[in-house]
Amino acid sequence: MNTASTHAAEHHGEYHPGGLRRWLTTTNHKDIGTMYLTFSLIMFFVGGLMILAVRAELFQPGLQLMKPEFFNQLIGVHALVMIFAALMPAATGFANWMIPLMIGAPDMALPRLNNWGFWLLPPAAILLTLPFTLALFGIGDGAIATGWTFYAPLSVQGGMGVDFAILAVHILGISSIMGSINIIVTIFNMRAPGMTMMKLPLFAWGWLITAFLLIATLPVLAGAVTMLLTDRHFGTHFFDAAGGGDPILFQHLFWFFGHPEVYILLLPVWGLMPHVLATFSRKPTYGYTAQVYSFIAIGILSVVVWAHHFFTAGMPVPALIYFMFSTMAISLPLAVLFFCWIATMWKGAMTFETPMLFAVGFIVLFGIAGLTGLILADVAADAQYHHSYFVVAHFHYALFAGGIMGVMTGVYYWLPKWTGHMYNETLGKLHFWLTVVSFNLTFIPQFFLGLAGMPRRIPDYALQFAEFNAISTVGAFILGLSQLLFAWNIWSCIRGGPKVENRVWEGADGLEWELSSPPPHHSWDTQPQVK
Amino acid sequence: MKTSPAHTASGEHYFVPQPSYYPAILSAGMFLLALGFVQLLNHMAPGKWVMLGGTAVIIYVLFGWFGKVIAESQGGAYRDWEDRSFRYGMIWFIATEVMFFAAFFGALFYVRMISVPRLGDMMAMHGFSLWPDFAGTWPTSGPKGAAFTPMGAWGIPALNTALLLSSGATVTWAHWGLLRGKRSQLALGLAATVLLGSTFLGFQAWEYHHAYSELGLTLGAGAYGATFFMLTGFHGFHVTLGTVMLAVILLRSLSGHFSAERHFAFEAVAWYWHFVDVVWLILFVFVYWL
Repeated sequence: MNTASTHAAEHHGEYHPGGLRRWLTTTNHKDIGTMYLTFSLIMFFVGGLMILAVRAELFQPGLQLMKPEFFNQLIGVHALVMIFAALMPAATGFANWMIPLMIGAPDMALPRLNNWGFWLLPPAAILLTLPFTLALFGIGDGAIATGWTFYAPLSVQGGMGVDFAILAVHILGISSIMGSINIIVTIFNMRAPGMTMMKLPLFAWGWLITAFLLIATLPVLAGAVTMLLTDRHFGTHFFDAAGGGDPILFQHLFWFFGHPEVYILLLPVWGLMPHVLATFSRKPTYGYTAQVYSFIAIGILSVVVWAHHFFTAGMPVPALIYFMFSTMAISLPLAVLFFCWIATMWKGAMTFETPMLFAVGFIVLFGIAGLTGLILADVAADAQYHHSYFVVAHFHYALFAGGIMGVMTGVYYWLPKWTGHMYNETLGKLHFWLTVVSFNLTFIPQFFLGLAGMPRRIPDYALQFAEFNAISTVGAFILGLSQLLFAWNIWSCIRGGPKVENRVWEGADGLEWELSSPPPHHSWDTQPQVK
Repeated sequence: MKTSPAHTASGEHYFVPQPSYYPAILSAGMFLLALGFVQLLNHMAPGKWVMLGGTAVIIYVLFGWFGKVIAESQGGAYRDWEDRSFRYGMIWFIATEVMFFAAFFGALFYVRMISVPRLGDMMAMHGFSLWPDFAGTWPTSGPKGAAFTPMGAWGIPALNTALLLSSGATVTWAHWGLLRGKRSQLALGLAATVLLGSTFLGFQAWEYHHAYSELGLTLGAGAYGATFFMLTGFHGFHVTLGTVMLAVILLRSLSGHFSAERHFAFEAVAWYWHFVDVVWLILFVFVYWL
């Protein structure tokens, strides 16, 4: 077998187009990861601008800036953009960049499919936001105005924006499924010799469970929105009681996807946390096995708890009790993760570079998300808090402090590896402190608003809520503006900066730190032997 | 827990394909298809032409991309390591398809077990009902639905079950032929499978016609009509795809592709066909029979 010479021939004839063609045609996991991350950052600002407009409207009671319909559109598209076009692509970008480096693979297992997974995203983002533009020209009545959850019957009655959103969700779903299949295959088939599953880096483990969740739940979302489409246009009665259907059926189908989606957004972050914490504590990860089994337990539990999102919609008491206790059971494996993170830092020789600051900030703030989640999981308490600003504050602690700050942790941690340059540490720390303070300034008042009874998704409110809303809006604008520092820091780090070593961080451990920074075109052309 | 490393020798080089335009073009085609579909649904004139354009682009890519993969396969680019990636990929792709059908079966079970009986019980349980005369029995087109006759199980559906089950056998017989180097058995088995699949589709088209013209059973016939047509319709769509894929595999076998050792494409299509077969069995039991 003459692999060496055929291989050399392959490399000799390799074709590397430049410019735009490089990005359109690439099959390289690092190029594709970069595209995912860039797309994610752009959409993060798009989604952010939408919600700043919403917060501006909510600065004072009364209607000042926009019609209620447009307010509803902004809220729904903000959520869809942040979830599907900012957070999920960021996590997929991490997976693309890091999993092959971490497991000693030359590339992802299915490189062309990988490229397709990315290039489905821009069309979907266009479909989602196009109705805004069309409405300016008098075509249709704007984007989807049902909130991101598409609840029937509102979504059955909604305008053209709902059709665009349904098709966008289909395409986003195909993209995520292709990404997930690729990650599963890569982890199962591309590991370096000697890297058993229980030596797999935790980031890869977190993503593996994420990928299984996507495979199990995204097709159900696709089915649900397909039923919605046929109810809208082809006369079916899935969600219409007059035909024997039920609007609550939509909620069941949606949240069968929607609840695991929360863990889809968070598991990659939980996977990367132990890497960062161990690096800057200069200690091995505490409780590797416990964390792996916690990931698996959370993955399994997450698909059997969905109805806690609509306790108030009406269901039999045994169902309420089941969904309450199963939801609360998730806090057990989650607590295991928290204790492992804290024990990793325990008595470590800790330093607080920007990624570590974000990681510690993540633990504290995500802890608040978990504790407020327990309150909402309580059926009796939820009757009071459901659909209030308490819920909004809770899931922003989960998805901004848990998701986005987790992504920022990863960006600061790996950016020097990707670019070969060190980012500006002072700016990074400034970004961290501004983000944490303004994030809390935005969302702590929303807990109080929710407790006082302010409902979500309403552009106007009673006078008693005025002060907290004003504070929240000020916080949101500082939070939004602080992110410009983040974008600037990334940009200048790509352009230049102090050169970094292979092992960027003193305490970092793993195969990814043995390659040069930035890594070679074919990451592990020859697989390393893992002992 | 200890698992063995997933692959064999180190020092082997994985096949990473050259840059390719196909994925980006495919995405553009899908964008056009989706855009045109929204236009069509909202009665905008260019809709069907945009859809047609999108479909043409997608068909072009299917030929181009699969053609490239077949050429690479025939050129010996894939060995055991790459082959395993394709196998794992296909398995998890079929898993997503299973979950897609699960959504529709979930909807069927929900309306049969929960929403329809509850609508019937409202008067007894709550003392009020929009539709006090609604009995809440299955099959139903709902309180406000028009009368219809449900589809019986033991006519065409039973025949179709026999057809699909035998097609599962013929494709396995073709596989045995391939493994033992009997090329004519391979071709014959595949041709029989394609024929059985097409006959199934013909019968199903006839059944749909019968439902619409004689039974009053339409997509709009309430919960029964919606679940009946969406489940059997998506299944029929998958049978169509499977038949086309089998036909491609037949043509490739006739041109001498596949060996007893290396025939991932054949197996992938066979798996897909068995999956479609199993979905039909569940359909037959819960949609037609019970």
